[in-house]
Amino acid sequence: MVKHEFVTVIPDKCVGCRICEYVCSLQKDNVFNPTRSRIRVVRIYPTTNASLTCRLCEDAPCVIACPRKALTQSEETGVILVDDDLCNGCGWCFEACDFGAITLDPDKKVVRICDLCSDREAGPACVEWCPEEALELTTKDILSQKARIDSIQRLIKAAAAAEAT
Amino acid sequence: MIWIKKKSFTEKVKRSLYGYKGKILYVDLSSGRLKTGSFDEDFAKAYIGGTGFGIKTLIDNQAPGIDPFDPANPLIYAVGAVSGTMVPCAASKFGVFAKSPESHLLGESYSTGRFGAELKHAGYDIVVIKGKAPKPVYLWIDDESVQMMDASHLWGKTTWETEEIIRNDLGDQLIRVSAIGQGGENLVKTACLINDHFRAAGRTGMGAIAGSKNLKAVAVRGTQDVVVAKPEELQDLCRDLYEQAKGPATSKYRGLGTAANVLTLNAQAALPTRNYQSATFEGAETVSGEYLNEHFVTKIAGCTSCPCRCEHIAEVPEGVFKGAIARVEYEPTMAFGPYCGVDRLDAVIKAIEYCNLYGVDAIGTGIIVGFGMECYEKGLITKEDTGGVELEFGNGEAMVEMVKKIALREDIGDLLAEGVKVASEKIGQGSAHFAMHIKGVEVTGYELRGLKTCALGYAVSRRGADHQRHGSYGWDLGGKVDRYSVDKERGKLVMGDEDTYCIFDSIILCKFTRRLWDFDLIAKIYTLVTGIPMTGEEMRLAGERMSNLARLYNIREGLTRKDDTLPPRIMKDPIPRGVAKGSYVHPEELDTLLDGYYEARGWTKEGVPTKAKIEELGLGEYAEIAEKEEP
Repeated sequence: MVKHEFVTVIPDKCVGCRICEYVCSLQKDNVFNPTRSRIRVVRIYPTTNASLTCRLCEDAPCVIACPRKALTQSEETGVILVDDDLCNGCGWCFEACDFGAITLDPDKKVVRICDLCSDREAGPACVEWCPEEALELTTKDILSQKARIDSIQRLIKAAAAAEAT
Repeated sequence: MIWIKKKSFTEKVKRSLYGYKGKILYVDLSSGRLKTGSFDEDFAKAYIGGTGFGIKTLIDNQAPGIDPFDPANPLIYAVGAVSGTMVPCAASKFGVFAKSPESHLLGESYSTGRFGAELKHAGYDIVVIKGKAPKPVYLWIDDESVQMMDASHLWGKTTWETEEIIRNDLGDQLIRVSAIGQGGENLVKTACLINDHFRAAGRTGMGAIAGSKNLKAVAVRGTQDVVVAKPEELQDLCRDLYEQAKGPATSKYRGLGTAANVLTLNAQAALPTRNYQSATFEGAETVSGEYLNEHFVTKIAGCTSCPCRCEHIAEVPEGVFKGAIARVEYEPTMAFGPYCGVDRLDAVIKAIEYCNLYGVDAIGTGIIVGFGMECYEKGLITKEDTGGVELEFGNGEAMVEMVKKIALREDIGDLLAEGVKVASEKIGQGSAHFAMHIKGVEVTGYELRGLKTCALGYAVSRRGADHQRHGSYGWDLGGKVDRYSVDKERGKLVMGDEDTYCIFDSIILCKFTRRLWDFDLIAKIYTLVTGIPMTGEEMRLAGERMSNLARLYNIREGLTRKDDTLPPRIMKDPIPRGVAKGSYVHPEELDTLLDGYYEARGWTKEGVPTKAKIEELGLGEYAEIAEKEEP
């Protein structure tokens, strides 16, 4: 089975420092500019912080929405690929994406989506640089596996505590 | 209804600077006129950013001797040289400058969060706001577009409400807002500017200056690139710095946070308690960093580009203050805990929340409440004056109520809102003895009677009572000098500390990472970002330049040696108990400290920079300020 890895956040760990945004724009465009970043932080006061990027939807709505078929999805990696010649920056994909993971390149006026730093040997820059280790490169399968283990562990703990009293 | 004076700057500013935008925005609220100016590499190299930019811009744009509430008093925002980059703990810091309504001397305060980076991304290093709007406005900086927007629907609202409404009105949740609350509107002398909910440009009354201009807020959204000279080398250097920033050098801030100071200072008899009546607090345990983290902290967040994250956000889970939320640091904890004799953190958190919402400095306002409590204790003010509030030391609910009365200028709050100096002059009856201020600015959290190097730092601090201009408590508490005695050499220590911190506050680096940096490393990262060659010694010299320029500004506005002093209590009443029992600063000791400091600085015995020093630092255009002081 082909495993599509994507970058996701552990919200409890995220502190909203936005270093992921800065290293992404630096990696891709050699400048510091959060609006160029393909990963964006959301801070909701008082205590919620989380960053979001492309989740490699299996049946990507952005691909479906594009009226010029400028977006395709790689079978191998699940990454959304942009044909710069076909994209005209109309923005339908922005609206189709539930996660706000699409951004516009301010120079070329075509869309940009996380490509897992395919041009970087060490993989996604954001995952490497996050000082809280709040970002991980993972698959949907692994995430649900972790949730299963986590919930059973909690049940066991609760049962042991109940038995002790 | 929106009153718009719109000006788009379509002319592309030639970017000849890296890191910096090289752009200054001038706003005249009276006429509604806007214009931009620029600065070059020579200016940048001499004044760096933040502190240097702020003081230089203030001295050049403010007519000597004006009243702080005169519309001609410029309110200045200045970001750091490396704002808007990934330099650790440096992306978002900014300074706010004006002539202070508290001290009638240099007003400066610093904040962080996300606002500073946004201003740089919007394309400005410096914003100069003069005049007074005919009715309430807020400044809306949207990249090149700058507008003055109607704020009549915001007047009377808290700082948090203001940010929310502006974001909704303009339809963008990423707009950063630096706003005043009712405190600034009411010209409370400790009024401040709040941004990003929990961050304050707190000290010296900058919020009151904004209020006097009918300026409710500055809102900014920036989408421009910040381009650095050597991005790859910068990234490599930052990799190492980020690791260090998560290491032992910052462990206090990442762990308990600055509130860890409560118990450590208490043990050293260095914790200002009950309006400085003593240096130890019997209730310290329940207002300690340990207690805070165990019972109240729900999240630790971070500013832009911060690998440390130190923002301890605390919530009150139950009781009469249930639901109160604030970021809790040592200084506000001291000011609303031991300083007011209060040993319960729920009241402390509520008081800080009120300060955030109403937009008043938590430190200064806590000191004012403590002063009020001593007046009440001595019968100098009564329950009638306080509007029924039993303003006793230890009464947390009264303390919280008084913060609100000060911000809204109700009952005795109206007088207390003028600061302890003016309040004690009005109340009389010996209250000046325990009005804890220097140059009109309320004290902060280090008990100076037993920390004599630190006492010198406070006495000479350019913005009034302050620990942040020097950090010289490090020598005393670290045992590197004898904290209970003085000598002329302390002057050299304080001078070094001050000049270092000038640079910190110009780059602008977070002082919580101070152990990571020295002048050489700062110069190196400065050059990687800006492309401007700089050595460690040139950096140090720039810091010295800023200290001297600030001194010249203050002298121009009326400062003399007698203003470099300490509150009467510190110079007369010995610490009553604890390891520092019996200690206080004798007037002759203060003289020794000042003489040594002025000598180290190359100033006259009256504390005036000499001609030689002025020339050495390239400040010749300001020489006449010193000449006027010559006997």
